[in-house]
Amino acid sequence: MSNLIKLNNGVASVVEDDWTLVQLPATQVEERKQAGKVVLFKLTGETTVTDAQIADTAIPATGKIILPLSVFIARNDEIKARIAQGEVGVWLATHELLENLTQHQADLNALPIIAIFVERFADGRIFSLGNLLRTRFGFKNELRAFGDVLRDQLYFLKRSGFTSYLVRADRSAQEAIASLSDFTKPYQGAVDEPRPVFKRYNRGA
Amino acid sequence: MYKYDEIDQQIVDERVAQYRDQTRRYLAGELSEDEFRPLRLQNGLYIQRQAPMLRIAVPYGMLSSAQLRKLGDISKKYDKGYGHFSTRQNLQLNWPKLEDVPEILADLATVEMHAIQTSGNCIRNITTDQFVGVAPDEVIDPRAIAEIMRQWSTFHPEFALLPRKFKIAVSGTKNDRALVQAHDIGLEFYRDSNNQVAIKVWVGGGLGRTPILGTVIREHLEWQHALTYCEAIIRVYNLHGRRDNIYKARIKILVKALGIDEFRKQVDAEWAHIKDTENTISEAELARVAQHFDVMPYENVPAHDAGFDAAVASNPAFAAWVKRCVHPHKQTGYRAVTLSLKPHGQAPGDISSEQMWTVADLADQYSFGELRSSHEQNLILADVKLSDLFALWEKARANGLASPNIGLLTDIICCPGGDFCSLANAKSIPIAKAIQMQFDNLDYLHDIGEMELNISGCMNACGHHHVGHIGILGVDKDGSEWYQVTIGGKQGNDASIGTVIGPSFSADEMPGVVQKLIEVYIQERTPEERFIDTVRRLGVAPFKAHVYAKNEVAA
Ligand code: HEM
Ligand code: SF4
Repeated sequence: MSNLIKLNNGVASVVEDDWTLVQLPATQVEERKQAGKVVLFKLTGETTVTDAQIADTAIPATGKIILPLSVFIARNDEIKARIAQGEVGVWLATHELLENLTQHQADLNALPIIAIFVERFADGRIFSLGNLLRTRFGFKNELRAFGDVLRDQLYFLKRSGFTSYLVRADRSAQEAIASLSDFTKPYQGAVDEPRPVFKRYNRGA
Repeated sequence: MYKYDEIDQQIVDERVAQYRDQTRRYLAGELSEDEFRPLRLQNGLYIQRQAPMLRIAVPYGMLSSAQLRKLGDISKKYDKGYGHFSTRQNLQLNWPKLEDVPEILADLATVEMHAIQTSGNCIRNITTDQFVGVAPDEVIDPRAIAEIMRQWSTFHPEFALLPRKFKIAVSGTKNDRALVQAHDIGLEFYRDSNNQVAIKVWVGGGLGRTPILGTVIREHLEWQHALTYCEAIIRVYNLHGRRDNIYKARIKILVKALGIDEFRKQVDAEWAHIKDTENTISEAELARVAQHFDVMPYENVPAHDAGFDAAVASNPAFAAWVKRCVHPHKQTGYRAVTLSLKPHGQAPGDISSEQMWTVADLADQYSFGELRSSHEQNLILADVKLSDLFALWEKARANGLASPNIGLLTDIICCPGGDFCSLANAKSIPIAKAIQMQFDNLDYLHDIGEMELNISGCMNACGHHHVGHIGILGVDKDGSEWYQVTIGGKQGNDASIGTVIGPSFSADEMPGVVQKLIEVYIQERTPEERFIDTVRRLGVAPFKAHVYAKNEVAA
């Protein structure tokens, strides 16, 4: 069963996923430690993908695919025709720089989907990335969160411009839908509703 | 003070429902320990040594009598009949049950209170000067903007999971009492040369493990842009703050690493895009919120009151209290009063349910039904008539709320420490009590004069030890409890961070060490000097010499 929640005109439902998410081949990564603790988060801008990984990534020959940003950039020539067909989307991880995408793909709206991978739910960079894609770079198509996506972050993801959410496999997407509407009248302007509450309602003199 | 409308009420009610369901899922095993942690923290619930600890938000320190009464009820019903006011103006309960928290939140919601974002890696409760609105040196009353910021920061979707906690303080006085330089963002309100309300913005201050005072990032910000400018700062921080190491994750580390000029450049680049967007504060919204902070319906009373003057002249105990606990006021014939939560020998900041009820009654009777909490962990009745002071004092005294020690050595700021906190290296409350007992002589205390003594049980610095004139820090040496002493720290406009005097001490030695520091001061001071001034003039050396002098150890 699919674990993908999609917003359609503001209505959320669990839908089948017609995109194939292309992963980088795994590498041996050394555990990094700081102050005696295992480092859980990657630094913003840190290079984490090797040339070998990019070269070894298996790009399916047909169908709608979401490619890792590094592969999308390095092997762009191979997929030009498919981009034009609207069969290619891009995903990036929360530590990757949006500028790398926008520099290589001037028209983001040629991509039917951009997905952001959040390795740990506590990584709030995903919210700023969603916001920037929508408000700074004018991205209008599907914006998806995947990875450690849990129901208690859905409301914030929605407000930050995300329109689909691939809920972590061991959790119920159906139950998670309820959390998209935890709050009815948010205070501050954000992506889904740019006007703060004081510009939406007459709160009395 | 601010009163909720249906929109505010709906948000806290929906929060109660949300948290009730989160607790249910956790207890049913649907949420792991790790997944529940940020959820409960963003609702102020820590799991501590004895029990969970619940931190209840007191926005910018303002409370109504009805709220305090309810807090008294809650601490009676769900806790052991007392609460603890913290250095961030919030109230903490030390013994609630995890299962009861949804009920507590529902009770709080009935008096327009909550525990939203009192902990966790998000924008925390905004703090300010406890004399806001009544202080004679106030230029701007920042409460309306603080309330607008409270609303803006509540469930701010982009900043729900920052690299680390984020604290904002606002101040609108000439003499800073809100520690704006010790916060992630400090907003200092002033009137610019066109007589418009403007903000000087400080960034990157914080105590904790790496104490750093903030730097000015912007000298002049028009008030309309308070939200969007903060959004620009916090966005840069959210994207680039260090998440790889919890000890380097505060914004102060990012600001230091980039340098203030580069950090400012990035913030300005961000702000250029969002300045004047919808979150810009409108005149109408400022006016709507500001009316909640209108001046009180003061009576026209004379600047002097014969009964008050007579009582001061004839009653030394009352006079001592007036000297320490009664503060000047904008309005003729009125005073602000601090009710000390620092009686000698008790945990600083603790207050019983009965005392909460009493203070609520006093607020109703003498101070328009409102009160404030201070970061020095006391309570303030901000609007008391001169002619009521004596009656107020008698009632406060009968309830253990009139220790005349405000601003003196025994007005100790102290964290919960090893008695309650699982992060502690050492206990802090017993040290505070022992020092209070050592100096349990009012004349001596008054002679020592203004003094701030701050104690933290570990380097997280909840007790602000870095900015205490005397700071005491619990340290761990081979599994036993020791105390490191700093002197020369100070809060305010001329803030400074204290200097360590030398090797640490055992708990038993601490009252004696403080005694020796005071002896040096008494001997060396000029007539006008406070302890801090003497330390600044002489440096650490003479204090150190006396404290560590071997031949002076009592036989
Ligand atoms: C007992 C439970 C408590 C725990 C587990 C706790 C934990 C912490 C930690 C870990 C920090 C450092 C964060 C950092 O530097 O990034 C901190 C800072 C702080 N805490 Fe607490 N705390 C507790 C109680 C309190 C209380 C009761 C107060 C008020 C009296 C308080 C006031 C503060 C303040 C003002 C800071 C800020 C220091 C700064 O600017 O970095 N905390 N706390
Ligand atoms: S300073 Fe340390 S011991 Fe004291 S409350 Fe904070 S974390 Fe606990």
